[in-house]
Amino acid sequence: MHIVILGNGVAGITAARFIRKQSSHRITVISAETEHFFSRTALMYVYMGHMRYEDIKPYEDWFWKKNRIDLQRAYVERIDFETKALFTKEGHNIRYDKLLLATGSATNKFGWPGQQLAGVRGLYSYPDLEYMEQHSQGLQRAVIVGGGLIGIEMAEMFCSRRIPVTFLVREQSYWDMVLPPEESAMASRHIREHGVDLRLATELKEIVDDGTGRACAVTTSHGERIECGYVGLTAGVHPNIGFLKNTALETDRGILVDSFLQTNIPDVYAAGDCVQLREPPPGRRAVEAVWYVARMMGETVACNICGRQLAYDPGIWFNSAKFFDIEYQVYGDVRAQLPEHQASLYWEHPEGRKSIRLVYDKSKGHILGFNLMGVRYRQEVCEKWIREQAHIEAVLQNLDLANFDPEFNETCEAEVVALYNRQTGQGLQLMQGRSPEAVGRFLKGLVF
Amino acid sequence: MKLSNISFSLANPHPRQLDGIQKLGLGLAALSLLLLIVALLGISLPSGGLTLAVAMGLLLAGMLIYARRTYLKGPAGIKNNGVWFSTLTNGGLWGWVFGIFITGFYVLLYFFPATLGLGADGAPNTGLVALFGPLSRLLKGQPASQWFMYGVLYTVAILVMGAKFAYKYRHNRYQLIRTGSVVFFQTAFAFLIPELMEGLNSNLAARWFDKDMKNMWPLDYDFFDKWHIDNMLNGGSIGLFMFVLGLLMIFVISPFLTYRYGKRWYCSWVCGCGGLAETAGDPFRQLSDKSLAAWRLERWIIHSVLLLSVVMTIAVVYSYLGVGPGKYYLTRRSFTWIIVGLMVGAGLVLVVLQRRYQRLRRNMVYIMSGLGALIAVVILINHFSGERDILFVKAASLRSFYGFYIGAIFSGVIGVGFYPLFGSRVWCRFGCPMAALLGIQQRLFSRFRITTNGGQCISCGNCSTYCEMGIDVRWYAQRGQDVIRASCVGCGICSAVCPRGVLRLENSSVEIAEPTSFIDFQR
Repeated sequence: MHIVILGNGVAGITAARFIRKQSSHRITVISAETEHFFSRTALMYVYMGHMRYEDIKPYEDWFWKKNRIDLQRAYVERIDFETKALFTKEGHNIRYDKLLLATGSATNKFGWPGQQLAGVRGLYSYPDLEYMEQHSQGLQRAVIVGGGLIGIEMAEMFCSRRIPVTFLVREQSYWDMVLPPEESAMASRHIREHGVDLRLATELKEIVDDGTGRACAVTTSHGERIECGYVGLTAGVHPNIGFLKNTALETDRGILVDSFLQTNIPDVYAAGDCVQLREPPPGRRAVEAVWYVARMMGETVACNICGRQLAYDPGIWFNSAKFFDIEYQVYGDVRAQLPEHQASLYWEHPEGRKSIRLVYDKSKGHILGFNLMGVRYRQEVCEKWIREQAHIEAVLQNLDLANFDPEFNETCEAEVVALYNRQTGQGLQLMQGRSPEAVGRFLKGLVF
Repeated sequence: MKLSNISFSLANPHPRQLDGIQKLGLGLAALSLLLLIVALLGISLPSGGLTLAVAMGLLLAGMLIYARRTYLKGPAGIKNNGVWFSTLTNGGLWGWVFGIFITGFYVLLYFFPATLGLGADGAPNTGLVALFGPLSRLLKGQPASQWFMYGVLYTVAILVMGAKFAYKYRHNRYQLIRTGSVVFFQTAFAFLIPELMEGLNSNLAARWFDKDMKNMWPLDYDFFDKWHIDNMLNGGSIGLFMFVLGLLMIFVISPFLTYRYGKRWYCSWVCGCGGLAETAGDPFRQLSDKSLAAWRLERWIIHSVLLLSVVMTIAVVYSYLGVGPGKYYLTRRSFTWIIVGLMVGAGLVLVVLQRRYQRLRRNMVYIMSGLGALIAVVILINHFSGERDILFVKAASLRSFYGFYIGAIFSGVIGVGFYPLFGSRVWCRFGCPMAALLGIQQRLFSRFRITTNGGQCISCGNCSTYCEMGIDVRWYAQRGQDVIRASCVGCGICSAVCPRGVLRLENSSVEIAEPTSFIDFQR
């Protein structure tokens, strides 16, 4: 059987690896972007000089041949689902028995005047990075439009080259549609601490042409004109499915799939950013453009392609990011606006670069989520508490178990407990010691 | 643009506009270097220790000013911007220039000390060595040797670059404490205490033995040399203390600490070679080769060096033991049986531990216990056939071969000289027999490991890139697998540079991490 995977991002490559683990089918991975799989989330570090391109490739180049995964550099223009063939720009056609679409995302553009000019681009792909690099030479100022995770990464990238940055954020505070107000304020403060000209509640109105087809300035919703040589569009991404529109494949925002990641066409599957779940799991979005989601989908779809029925179950929500120097981790249900039935315990370090938030059910006291800034928590422990609906007080008393900060680092769990005691009049005590043995016992279910 | 471009950047990748304070700091350090070069050229400078004090003071002050300014200017965080753009740190032109400079210095130091000013046959020192004379006389009342000069420079390098490292990682307490530890052990144990002890026991000057309490066999490969044993045994209570401590370190203290904390207790907290690598070598850590091929090569070379050092030591000791009761408690006969016992015992321990923990590859255990058995058998054949040279090798020539190629060329010239080309741990990774021994212990029975945090890895590669030992940490992290590797020195940088908080150094044998894959393939 010949399995063709379109896209060599984390979804496609994870699927290829797991198909190989389970079978000896012929596997071909097609990509127009790069010859080898690389970590998309690490592109920023190449620009910043932390790593070279070859360092962000998670597998050495011999890996693919050894595992009999054929890599093809080609741009697929059209798919004939009837005859099961892909047609490339280069004029070849490739037959498949089963097809996995893992085409990823494309940058959102909202019809801004001037968005087609030179020096205006998003940051998603390797060519995007090359483009950014080429336009960095002699750059006097960059404007970034859109206050999400890619926007802040781009700001950090320009800062690393000492290129002045103006960061236009539509919201009242950085990423406040995802982060609760305090965390959002912390991130906003930190962005400014790095010298970024952060403009909150400001939208892009127009990108100005310098007369040669290049961007030279932007105007904002406040009518201000900002001179700049580069405009980074980072107002989110959407499934990259343009060439699949108006085919037999059912799409909406993304490629519609069932819980087995199967499309409406037999033997055609989809995974990763390009997917829209027909029935997303409770509390989850239908389109989730996240590294971890793509990886989990890649594993799931590999099973289904190999004939082992496995429904996609991403488990408890988790994500992570880094806002310049502040690491961010989230586990479970943490919303920007606290719903009526939820309560939240928020502790922030006096220096304002670390915080711990526990979200729990107001009436029953069940723990629902963890939001961490500048503090590392262990995923297995947090998930177990959430899954088992541990009581907030039980969690607090054992909070040490979750801490994953490096050895000797200042721990703040006692202060979180003290804060809770002050707020509620309780007298909870933190059980001292987060020895790995204790964590192991806890995870094996030997304590409460 | 080609993907393989080392310097990806088209835009000016070094916008490190140094400000006035940074320039001042670098300027002072450069002045200090100039003073050393002037001294090396034999141009006479004001003596009495003033020049030395000024030179070292300028270096310390200059680098402190530079590091403070560089790292305290912005918020605390990971400071790897532009590492791969600078030709000093990406293996480019300045890296080669610096590498050749250091390599050249080591060649002069080891093989042509006279060019550095060491006076031959009692003649007074000149040049660079003479510059360090006043400090040497102050500490121990003797003129400086090239090794004293080297010791001072080495210690100052660890101090200065240790301070720079501490500013760089000021947000990470593990790094601060660990750096404090290597600086302390170098300054006190490797430098001050031995030199002061020399001074206090001037009558022992002729009977020199190593007084660095943390330096142990097999890194200290001359520990069992006849002259060294003799000098220790005749060196009064200090000598006896060093002798007993040396044996305890090898057989008791070091295996125990490695069991508890991993080999990091030595390699990145105490060791002098490690100390220099972690401080002065830090800017070059990313240059280590992460490929699987390099790992294979590493295992062959480092274990060969360990084997060589064991065989060499056995041969050397055997060569000076008498056949009957004499100067030493040991005779050839008893020594033979001790070695046979050690080899057989170590082999048995290996097999038993392997059965219990399955930590080593089975082949590895067979090879190691096989080699041990081979050594035992050959020794016995030697013994019963009355052969003078144990293991059929000439002890003296083996010893000088080892001393030259491993002791001088590998650990000194290549080990430090090649920092800017192959990373800061070339010696520790490929050559150090001590690291090999501790590595086997770590792999076999230590509680130390690096645990991974659930499925949070994004495969970015920062951990692997900044691993000075060339471990592909990401390979483990993205699978959610604990890292238990013989070579890991526990520097903790992978954990520090991880942008997602995935890695943590732990002392525990509890299995916590679950594989990232949530599908059970063993079904």
